[in-house]
Amino acid sequence: MTEGSTAAVHGAGGAAPSGNLLFGPQPNVAEAAGYPDAPPRMGFFTDTSVCIGCKACEVACKEWNAVPEDGLELTGMSYDNTQGLGADTWRHVAFIEQRKPLGGQEPGVHHGGFDVFEAARQLGASPSSPGPGATAPPPESAPAGAPAGEISPVSPDGRTELRWLMSSDVCKHCTHAACLDVCPTGALFRTEFGTVVVQEDVCNGCGYCVPACPYGVIDQREGDGRVWKCTLCYDRLGVGMEPACAKACPTDSIQFGPLEELRERAAARVAQLHAAGVTDARLYGESPDDGVGGDGAFFLLLDEPEVYGLPPDPVVTTRDLPAMWRHAAMAAASLAALGIASFVRRPR
Amino acid sequence: MSGSDVTRGGVGGSQPGRDALTGARGGRGRHRRRRGRGEQPMVPEARFSSYYGKPVLNKPTWKPLDIAGYLWLGGLAGGSSLLAAGAQATGRPALARAAKLGAAGAISASLAALVHDLGRPARFLNMLRVFKPTSPMNMGSWLLAGYAPLTVAAAAAEVTGRYRMLGAGATAAAAVLGPAVATYTAVLISDTAVPSWHEGYREMPFVFAGSGASAAAGLALACVPTGQAGPARRMAVLGAALEMGTFQLMKRRMGLVAEPFEQGGPHKLLRAAELLTAGGAALSALAGRRGSRPLAVAAGAALLSGSAALRFGVFHAGVASAEDPKYTVVPQRERLRTRAG
Repeated sequence: MTEGSTAAVHGAGGAAPSGNLLFGPQPNVAEAAGYPDAPPRMGFFTDTSVCIGCKACEVACKEWNAVPEDGLELTGMSYDNTQGLGADTWRHVAFIEQRKPLGGQEPGVHHGGFDVFEAARQLGASPSSPGPGATAPPPESAPAGAPAGEISPVSPDGRTELRWLMSSDVCKHCTHAACLDVCPTGALFRTEFGTVVVQEDVCNGCGYCVPACPYGVIDQREGDGRVWKCTLCYDRLGVGMEPACAKACPTDSIQFGPLEELRERAAARVAQLHAAGVTDARLYGESPDDGVGGDGAFFLLLDEPEVYGLPPDPVVTTRDLPAMWRHAAMAAASLAALGIASFVRRPR
Repeated sequence: MSGSDVTRGGVGGSQPGRDALTGARGGRGRHRRRRGRGEQPMVPEARFSSYYGKPVLNKPTWKPLDIAGYLWLGGLAGGSSLLAAGAQATGRPALARAAKLGAAGAISASLAALVHDLGRPARFLNMLRVFKPTSPMNMGSWLLAGYAPLTVAAAAAEVTGRYRMLGAGATAAAAVLGPAVATYTAVLISDTAVPSWHEGYREMPFVFAGSGASAAAGLALACVPTGQAGPARRMAVLGAALEMGTFQLMKRRMGLVAEPFEQGGPHKLLRAAELLTAGGAALSALAGRRGSRPLAVAAGAALLSGSAALRFGVFHAGVASAEDPKYTVVPQRERLRTRAG
C-alpha cells in the first residue's frame, strides 16, 4: 500500500524517482535507472523481410551463451522446430507459410496467358532456342522414368501464390520491463546500455517474471530453478562487440546498434518497402508511445504481429499497479470493517 | 515449395476433412470444441490469428498446490487475526485461542509453501535484499516478515500463558496487518500479463478479502463452542456475501477473459466454491440458531474448503487463460480497434 512512495533504489536495478516510471515514453532509460553518464541505448532492429530462416542466430546465441539443449522435436510447424522463446531459447526463428503474394514479388509460378509448358516443349526444336541439351540430356538419352521432355507443373492444382515469412524473435528489452518491475530480489536489472539482464547469482527462482512478461520471453530453466533470457550479449557489449546473433546473421536481418540510429534505419526501410509495393511492411515495438514505452529490440513485420506469435498491443502490467494497490487498500479496509462489524453489538 | 501445404495439423490432403492449406487456415484461429453440458459462451467465438495456436505468453511456473495453497492460507491467517483481536477485546477466550493458533499455523504453512515453490529455496532471503514497491512479491515478503512473527508471538503467549501484555500487543498489531496479508495476494497475481488475473485487478482484492474472512470464520466455527462463535457466524455470512458478490461483478466486467472461469476444471472448482461457501454460510446461521456443534463443524468445513476451491479455481483459470492465445490476442486487437476509432 505504498504506491505513493518513490521506487526502490538499489544499485542498477532501481528506477529514477521522476519521469515516466511505470508507463509512457522514457527517452533516457539508463539515466532513469541511475547511470549518470550512460552510453547510448543499444538494441536490435530485426528486419524480417530479409530473413532467410537459416537459424544461424539461434545457433550463435546458444554457442556463445552456452545455453543448454532443450529437446529435439519435429513439430510440423513449417521449418520451426524451436517453437518459442524460453529459458533455453533466446533467439527463435518463426516460419509462416501463407497463400498470399509478397508485395511486388513475382512468385514465378503464375503464367497468365503464356503457356510455359508448351514453350518448354519447343526447347531445342528451333535454332534460336538453346534447348534442354545445354543443361540436361536430350529426351532420348534420359534415364528411364525421368520426365523426359516435360517439366512437371510447379503447382499441380493451379494454386499460384505463396509467401514464406520468417522472423527471428528475441527478448524485447522493453523501456518499461514488467519482468524487471516485478522481480522481488532485484536479480533483474537495467544495464548501462538500457538492456534488461538477469543476475544469475541473485535470482532465487520465484518465477514472478515469467507470467509478468507480455511477450512470453523469460522462463524458468528445468533442473536449474532460475530464470534465463537474452542478455543482449551484455558480456560482448561491454568490450564493444556486437551480440552473437547479429554477428552471425548473414543477411543483416538482425541489425545491432544505438536505438536512435536503428529507428531511423527502420523508418527508411519501411518507406523503401512501401515504395516497392510491399504494403504489408510495418514496424513493431518501435514506437515509444506503445504500451511498454517502446522496445529495445523491435521488428519490421510483413503481417499482423499475432501471426508471428507476438501480442498485437502489449501493455506493461505495472502500468496498473498503482490502481491495484489502491484497490487492495480499499479491500483491506473493507475486510477490517467486516471484522469489526462481526463483533459490534453482539451479545455472547 | 510447390506442393507442400504443411501446417501443424499435418500435410494437406493426407488427413481427409481437414483444411490444411497454407494461408487459408494455417495458423489461423483455432476452433475449440465446446465441452461440458450446455455451457454457453459469454462472447461469440472470435476469429483471430495466432502462431500455430501457440500461446503468446509463457504460463506461470508456480506449482498449484504451493501458490494456490498460499493464497488460501494467507487469507485464512489474515481473517483469523481479525477474529483473534476482536475476541480478545470482547472477552471470548476460546475464540481468541483458536484464531491465534489458526493465524500462526496458517501463515507458517504458507511461508513453507512459498519457500518450497522457489527454484532456489536456499536463496529465499534474497526477497529481502531490496525494498521495491513495484514488486508485489517483494512487498508481500516484507509484509510477511512483519506479520508472521507477530502471529507466532501472539500464539506463543496464548499457549504458554506468559507475557500476556506482549501477546495482546502482538495480537492487535497482527490484526492491523492481517487485512493487508489477505488482500495483497490479489495484487500479486493481478500484476502479471495473465489475462484472467490482470483484468480482474479491481475486484480480485475484494473477492480475496471475502474469501479470507469466510475461511477464518470457518476455522473458528469448527473449533469454538457455539456460545463464543457468534462473531464467526456473522463473519461467515458477511465474508461469503462479499466474496460471491464481487466475484460475479468481476466476471461481468471482464468480458472475454472471464471465459476461463466458466470452462473445464476451473469452472468445476468455482462452482464447488460457490456451493460450499453459500451452504457453509447458511449452515453457520442455522447452527447459531440451534446451538448445534455438529452443524457448526460442518459449516466450518464447508467454508474452509469453499475458500480453498475458490483460490484453486482462480489459479487454474489464470493458467488456462495464459495457455490460449485467444485471451491475449482478441482483447488487444479489440483495444487497437477502439483506439483507431
